[in-house]
Amino acid sequence: MSNHPGLSNTFSSTGEKFVWSKDSLNSIKMIISRYPKDRHQSAVMPLLYLAQEQNNNWISIECIETIAETLNMPKIRVTEVASFYSMYNTRPVGKNLVQVCRTSPCWLRGSNKITNTICKETKCQINETSGDNLFTVVEVECLGACSNGPMIQINNDFFEDLDEENTKIIIDNIKNGKPNKIGSQKGRRSSENA
Amino acid sequence: MVNQIKLVLRKEEGVQRMLNTKDKIFQNLHGFEEPFLEGALKRGSWSNTNEILSKNQNDVIEMVKSSQLRGRGGAGFSTGLKWSFMPKDTGKQHYLVVNADESEPGTCKDREIIRNDPHTLIEGCLIASYAIQATKCYIYIRGEYHFEYIQLEKAIAEAYEKGLIGKKACGSNFDFDLYVHRGAGAYICGEETALLESLEGKKGQPRLKPPFPAGVGLYGMPTTINNVESIAVVPTILRRGSDWFKKIGTENNTGTKVFCISGNVNKPCTIEEEMGIPLQELIEKHCDGVDGGWDNLKAIIPGGSSTPMLPKNVCETVRMNFDDLKAYGSGLGTAGVIVVNKNNDISEVIERFSHFYKHESCGQCTPCREGTGWMYRMMQKLVRGEISPEQIELLENVTKQIEGHTICALGDAAAWPIQGLIKNFKSELIEKYNKRNLKAS
Repeated sequence: MSNHPGLSNTFSSTGEKFVWSKDSLNSIKMIISRYPKDRHQSAVMPLLYLAQEQNNNWISIECIETIAETLNMPKIRVTEVASFYSMYNTRPVGKNLVQVCRTSPCWLRGSNKITNTICKETKCQINETSGDNLFTVVEVECLGACSNGPMIQINNDFFEDLDEENTKIIIDNIKNGKPNKIGSQKGRRSSENA
Repeated sequence: MVNQIKLVLRKEEGVQRMLNTKDKIFQNLHGFEEPFLEGALKRGSWSNTNEILSKNQNDVIEMVKSSQLRGRGGAGFSTGLKWSFMPKDTGKQHYLVVNADESEPGTCKDREIIRNDPHTLIEGCLIASYAIQATKCYIYIRGEYHFEYIQLEKAIAEAYEKGLIGKKACGSNFDFDLYVHRGAGAYICGEETALLESLEGKKGQPRLKPPFPAGVGLYGMPTTINNVESIAVVPTILRRGSDWFKKIGTENNTGTKVFCISGNVNKPCTIEEEMGIPLQELIEKHCDGVDGGWDNLKAIIPGGSSTPMLPKNVCETVRMNFDDLKAYGSGLGTAGVIVVNKNNDISEVIERFSHFYKHESCGQCTPCREGTGWMYRMMQKLVRGEISPEQIELLENVTKQIEGHTICALGDAAAWPIQGLIKNFKSELIEKYNKRNLKAS
């Protein structure tokens, strides 16, 4: 069984040098200016995000090499950071990274059913990517929206107050290329009593 | 019925009083109004910041101290006192670091502050930084909070544009820069020194203390680390006075508090209430009660996953503040209230927490790295009723050997929920084992 793409310590190679895009280069200048002059290493996390965004949501060995060069850091220091934090994917993931919260507050409200629904609808097992590369499904620890559980995160977006029905709709919409409403699926503005 | 009588009794004792709307610090906690500058100005943010910044720095610290504000991130240490530990006039760069790495299971309060009322935080950062002579401040926000990060960046850009922060912030003589740094999915970075490591571009592994961050912090410079809520309440305290803040709540447990209630309640929510509100009242009044009625309550975890659970009878009397909960062997923690009813297996709730801690251990200290994994495997067996009374004792014993023997408190945090489970439900756990054995034979 494969594990969570963010938790693996093995990095893959694309065989091609990773080159920053023009937009990325502009962002890098701005990012580095936030930290003291002799502390470029602080920019390693923002740069990993930037590389991941440019590289279809995962970090390859080549991304690490380029970041190490840009920040004048040993490669191992960048690798260390990329493998320590779970939000840097160390292998390719599907177009939609579906993260289901499994921690107790969500579990108490039925996160197991959400996991099952998602696995069924995406035809993926946990930690797998669907054949059409549309979905990768993972189970994660608390995402910090406990008053809105059960909840999932798809790429950057939170989907909250889920049940089996609205979860299926969310997945269907993605399959059909339709937009989804982000946040509460039961009409709540945020986490007010309603 | 019994519960209703109890509530009435409390009212007569004068204990129960609803937090007045005008005493709420976060007027837009749920985002029904405009979250940005336009709305923030209407809500009173930034109204006399210049005046506050013309006060003596020590006076600002004294005011926060006398308000008895205690840190909202979990430990409950006096915020003003923490600030006073910062050295003065060192000629070094001082830093304020705001901990927005909200990852404690059951907690989702800072999220609402950041996305719906970000200017309370930004103004707080400015004032706190002024008090501790820090001209630079970093807000470390958890990576998963992407929307919140965008909201915060937008609000900061507004504040820069209007001269509220930046050079000569708010027309004062104080230059102030504020930056946001995103985490990337590591619970341990909520520990203050791990957060500093992470901010320096390293793995988030906690540092040994001493030296404390006030002496040697970010980049080796004097640093104060505060929770989002602790910082975001400061402008209102300074504006309305520490006496106003002290009037809410009780001695040493003053002010308002944002509670997040999750789990088996009819209407889970995040709500700002008076510090010290009775737990049962909090659930009945704001969450429409326990799913299946109060009598269906099994236990409540009062302050995020790390705090030991409270059995039903304690839930009926305890008040939600630092000292009361401590007296019952638990804690207010982050005020993430997780309600568990009888329809769920309480040991599986804790088993899932054990999985969480195993997953989040940074691997630096042996008792935690090895212990969290071992405890999780034992908890799995316990859920299935496979561990004998002797092994339950062994498990309890091991939790006590992990507790206090690690660099940071993650080891303790992993041990406490299990201790709470065994303390309150030992007989049930033994019964579970006996039943399974009976079936097997």
